[in-house]
Amino acid sequence: MANSYDYDDASFDSRYARPPSSGQGGGAAAELSYDPNFVPDSVKTFVVHLYRHIREKNVYEIHQMYEGSFQRLSDRMFRENPWPSVEAIAPYVDNDHVFCLLYREMWFRHVYARLAPTGQQRVESWDNYCSLFGVVLHGVVSMQLPNQWLWDMVDEFVYQFQSYCQYRAKLKNKTEEELQLLRQYDQAWNVYGVLNYLQALVEKSAIVDILEREKDGLEQFTATDGYDYEGGTSNVLKMLGYYSMIGLLRVHCLLGDYHTGLKCLGPIDISQQGVYMIVIGSHISIIYHYGFANLMLRRYVEAIREFNKILLYILKYKQYHQKSPQYDQILKKNEQMYALLAICLSLCPQSNIIEENVNIQLRDKYNEKMTKMLRYDDEAYAVYDELFTYACPKFITPSAPVLEESLINYNQDAYRLQLKLFLYEVKQQQSLSGLRSFLKLYSAISIGKLAAYMEVDESTMRTILLAYKHKMHSVDSDGKIIPNADIDFYISEDIIHVVESKPTKHYGDYFLRQVLKFEEMISELDRVKLD
Amino acid sequence: MAKCWHLLLSNSWLLGFDRAMGREPQQVSYTVEQLVSVNPYNPDILTELENYVNEQVSSQTYSLDANLCLLRLYQFDPTRLSIAIVVRILIKALMAMPAPDFSLCLFLIPEPVQADEQIKTLIVLSHYLETARFRQFWDEAAKNHSLLEVVPANVDGYIANHLGLVSIKEELNNVEMTVIQLSYGHFSGAGFEQAIQAYAIHVLSLSYQKVPRPVLAETINIEGLSLDKFIEYHVANSGWVLEKGTGRSQLIVLPRNEFNHPGLKKNSSDGMPFEHITRIFPVLS
Repeated sequence: MANSYDYDDASFDSRYARPPSSGQGGGAAAELSYDPNFVPDSVKTFVVHLYRHIREKNVYEIHQMYEGSFQRLSDRMFRENPWPSVEAIAPYVDNDHVFCLLYREMWFRHVYARLAPTGQQRVESWDNYCSLFGVVLHGVVSMQLPNQWLWDMVDEFVYQFQSYCQYRAKLKNKTEEELQLLRQYDQAWNVYGVLNYLQALVEKSAIVDILEREKDGLEQFTATDGYDYEGGTSNVLKMLGYYSMIGLLRVHCLLGDYHTGLKCLGPIDISQQGVYMIVIGSHISIIYHYGFANLMLRRYVEAIREFNKILLYILKYKQYHQKSPQYDQILKKNEQMYALLAICLSLCPQSNIIEENVNIQLRDKYNEKMTKMLRYDDEAYAVYDELFTYACPKFITPSAPVLEESLINYNQDAYRLQLKLFLYEVKQQQSLSGLRSFLKLYSAISIGKLAAYMEVDESTMRTILLAYKHKMHSVDSDGKIIPNADIDFYISEDIIHVVESKPTKHYGDYFLRQVLKFEEMISELDRVKLD
Repeated sequence: MAKCWHLLLSNSWLLGFDRAMGREPQQVSYTVEQLVSVNPYNPDILTELENYVNEQVSSQTYSLDANLCLLRLYQFDPTRLSIAIVVRILIKALMAMPAPDFSLCLFLIPEPVQADEQIKTLIVLSHYLETARFRQFWDEAAKNHSLLEVVPANVDGYIANHLGLVSIKEELNNVEMTVIQLSYGHFSGAGFEQAIQAYAIHVLSLSYQKVPRPVLAETINIEGLSLDKFIEYHVANSGWVLEKGTGRSQLIVLPRNEFNHPGLKKNSSDGMPFEHITRIFPVLS
């Protein structure tokens, strides 16, 4: 089904460009030179300093070490091996329970990113997350951690869940040992647990209330980036709760439940600045999944609008992230969103809703494919298939595998279902593209004449007209009807009157943005003291 | 290994959660809607959700959230999936058109289950409705009326709407039953039928300022005397107007709205939500 993109890349973490140097069997070959108990001096210094900074709540330093030192050390010394085991470094950090959980979380993330995790390691990582979230949910954590780290935790949690579902759905080539592991640890990464942890984080942190109170000015959250500069109370539970809403959106998209996914995101208002924008990874993840869910819900204009905004943002700001470990993932999501944008615009053409720069990029990448998609012939469906496969999330089958019967690979079942239903929807819109091109040519035309041009009988013509109206008007979450098409019409007995919606220039929005920007500049200039 | 997630599921956790949130533990049982919003990822509520589906069918209510929750639980544990319940959920979703609920449900139903004959029929019916092929829809629906009969008729409403003869119902039950049968062609799933007719009228209202009578008839599957009564009812209650079209045909003028009258299109181009303006209040003051 997929041609240019290999859907099945569960063997390595596609978020990082570096493929594993060790093979599928995990670090077996590398273990010859790897001693989990050997702690190099640089690692010793690293953990001691990190531990101190966390105790002193020095968020800036923590961030530097987390983003910078950890990556540098990984690059230099741990390209092919895991970091030293947590037991080995524990003595240097007073055997602090929470620090060890944090260290282990980073340890596993490193393995997933640069090596290939074994079944045993996957299960142990699940255990670690249970313990870590358990500690946080009991409210005994007093530290403040950088938002980047907290986002990475939730992001990684969902990613490892998705990876495990893919892993355990590929039964064909599993060794007896691996199957035994699956039987024994059947609770690892179970879908109820994953969803309930995310839900618990959202509820225990009372983040929804906090966001509500902030609207009434009773709470400082966005203004302080979620940190508590004065009181020094922990930001960990709050931020994990906040990011878990995005995590829930993501998991629901992986399950194919777009409606509930969007509901989980409800408390976050993406039309406004918010905490979700601080870490670019969370910003991109929200919009990608939001846009995809809206595409599947046929709310094309909404999806196009949001993709447009984020693609422009990435265009402007990606240069600042070139050195960051997330850079490859940013680029990957960028490409996927262009593909989704191409799909949306082919199903629901719009004029003047895309920013000029984004449009140039889009045409560069997909002009030929978009022309093909509009033709609705066999080649068109192949292009829709290709782009959807490239850009869609890695759908999962959440149920546990049945290990007694014949062992097959069923990891692609979920994806195939979503693709099939998507192409089915595309097929239902087949005649609409032809209708639209005719409507562009006339201001009024009789049904009979149009039927003759489109080579159908009058009854079919009326059906096509009604279908166009239905497909081009989506129903939003409040039950309101939203028009999506740029070309519309109404029928009076036998005559079709064409109505072209004028492209809307959002002057109001533009002025608002400029006012706020200049206000910021003025206050900055005010702060400058001339000697 | 840690099985701590189990603790999250049991009711005791819910009680513990209440305590943790500083609330008194609730002794009352949660309603289904509360369960779906507070504790949806819990296999223990599956039976309650199934009962709720049957309740929706018999009491003419509808809850997309509860039904999606149930379909998710089926996805998590396919051994508990009940085809009969899935069929009912899909029929209710069809009745919710033009909302995309039917597709939303299909996204959660595994392919092998979608191969079931009843579900295949419903998918065909949905396809006809999505592509506005109303004539084919009504033909297919009539062939499958036993499937759709699970949704009981809203008899009083039907009689009031379509026959305008409320009084007759009170007299001779037998006569009334015959009347219904003749008009509907032996199709007694009138709750379902009314919902689809409402959808049909919605699509017509999006598209037509003036719709010819034969087109209306085919779309809502009502003819002759019943159609006259139907139109009469809507003329009296929904702002429809009858006109003479070209030839001797009858035209129904549908109420004006922003979709069939371009002049009424709300010019939302420069409208801005008030919350956005509040962002510059600090600047203006």
